Amino acid sequence: MIKFVDQLKTFNQKKNKFMTDSQDTDQTKKIIVTGFGGQGIILAGKILGKAAALGDHRESTLVESYGPESRGGSCSAQVIISDKLIYYPYVKQPDILVCMSQSGYEKFISTILKKSVLLIDRDLVQPARKLNMEYFAIPATRKAEELGKKMMANIIMMGFAVSITGVVSQEAAHKAVLGSVPKGTEKLNTEAFYKGYDYGIALLKRRFAKKAAGQATGAIL
Amino acid sequence: MVKSAVLTGEYFMTGDVACAEGALAAGCRFFGGYPITPATEIAERMAQRLVDIDGTFIQMEDEIAAVASILGASWGGVKSMTATSGPGFSLMMENIGLGIITETPCVIVNVQRAGPSTGLPTQGAQGDMMQAKWGSHGDYEIIALAPSSPQEFFYQTIEAFNLSEKYRLPVLIMSDEIVGHMSEKVIIPAADEIKIVSRLGPKGRKDLFKLYAPGPGGISPMPAAGDGYNFHVTGLTHDEKGYPAMNVDTHAQMMSRLTGKIKNNLDDIIRTDSYKLDDAEFAIISYGVSSRTSMAAVDMARDLGIKAGFLRLITVWPFPDDQIRALAGDVKGMVTVEINLGQIHREILRCVEGRVPVHLVGHSGGTIIPPEDVVKMLKEAF
Repeated sequence: MIKFVDQLKTFNQKKNKFMTDSQDTDQTKKIIVTGFGGQGIILAGKILGKAAALGDHRESTLVESYGPESRGGSCSAQVIISDKLIYYPYVKQPDILVCMSQSGYEKFISTILKKSVLLIDRDLVQPARKLNMEYFAIPATRKAEELGKKMMANIIMMGFAVSITGVVSQEAAHKAVLGSVPKGTEKLNTEAFYKGYDYGIALLKRRFAKKAAGQATGAIL
Repeated sequence: MVKSAVLTGEYFMTGDVACAEGALAAGCRFFGGYPITPATEIAERMAQRLVDIDGTFIQMEDEIAAVASILGASWGGVKSMTATSGPGFSLMMENIGLGIITETPCVIVNVQRAGPSTGLPTQGAQGDMMQAKWGSHGDYEIIALAPSSPQEFFYQTIEAFNLSEKYRLPVLIMSDEIVGHMSEKVIIPAADEIKIVSRLGPKGRKDLFKLYAPGPGGISPMPAAGDGYNFHVTGLTHDEKGYPAMNVDTHAQMMSRLTGKIKNNLDDIIRTDSYKLDDAEFAIISYGVSSRTSMAAVDMARDLGIKAGFLRLITVWPFPDDQIRALAGDVKGMVTVEINLGQIHREILRCVEGRVPVHLVGHSGGTIIPPEDVVKMLKEAF
């Protein structure tokens, strides 16, 4: 009873996993990047998805959520990265939550699990005092201003997220940044990416040293 | 400088952009449209790309004119497309009928959002499915496809052009905001791996040419304006020469040909797909983005020991009556999954004829249906 056209057949063979695999494995990572319109939140999500799909040769989906207004309104990018084809592209409980605005933080903080990783822009997000979990903070916007380009805060944040979580490889992420930014800005964006990446590495080293000394508990991905 | 129309390679792109790339790969060289969320990105991409490949992009004054422009372009011998969402789709209805009666190949994309009226502009739905079938006045048959991923949006756009060229009619792609705006890996094959169908041109004496004389397979060869054939194109009931002939017999003859070219070629047109359906006791039937929900639901249900399977409608119109009827004999129950309050569900009920229970998992639009809702229905209803 099933009839295919040659082209769709070829397509299905190429993407055959769409019909045979199930999606839930431990390797699947769900990410929400949130902030306000104009910060490049969607681009940040796109960089992660692109890095996973094209650089790391895995499966990934990105869905965007924003209102009719764009600049200044609240927005979020939902990314899923997996080794299997992803059926349902929305994220209910992120493994990684990246917040670049207070309103984004407040909207999504209740969705995260104990084992989730929370990343914030230190100058834009004030976590609740009672927040009982480890989180990672970077002054991404301030660092972008130091570079002379406030709009590159998202790239710094992605560098930071990649080094802290390892959700995509550093090479793939850098390549995705280069493939996503306007021509002529590659050098500055590379600088921004590694500013965030190196900040994350340094932060991790400090945390591990502290943990080794028994001063802190918690786990990262 | 003429750049390549087929951007062979691997991309991480949105469904809307993949649709535009599919159109260009299929040979589309004219886009006439009016921007509307969530279909604007298709127009944007076409505007950027068509200039480089000797194509034409026109932003028309509204969606009525948009369809008029692609019909005109098609009669000029150029493969043409437009893209819109619900409010624009409503305006297009009149000229879609003109495209059907004049047998004009073209592709119309509807990236559905929640309606009625302006509704939820940035949020997805599948509420225009019946409008696709019945929205223009009069009786007619139509072809409508429903993509479930950006990759499929790419291929279905090529497929839509091929079907429209082969059967000479407007073909609809009923996508939705979720597939249109989501990004995923899209592989664009080499140009020579893409099968392209183009309309058959007329042969023989130009002075004796009859515009609507049935050709091979009952489809009339189509000349382009300027080829030298004398012809007249009208929305009135017309005879083989294309001239108005307003009487019952001519109308019946014309309508039989217009509907027959679909009804007599169902095997060639209808495309379905399945997932774990072979041993299924319960069938989930869906299309477009709700396919993704359904596949996730099949796996979740199977984990709970419920033998669920999935039938996906790749073409929603013409409706696969025979497949649904056959399926009703194989399963104990069915669930329709669609982001509306029950449209294709009615078609399934019609085909099942009460032989097994059929339940709807749907809502009024604005978001994708969670697979948990489908599993809950499977658990409670059967």
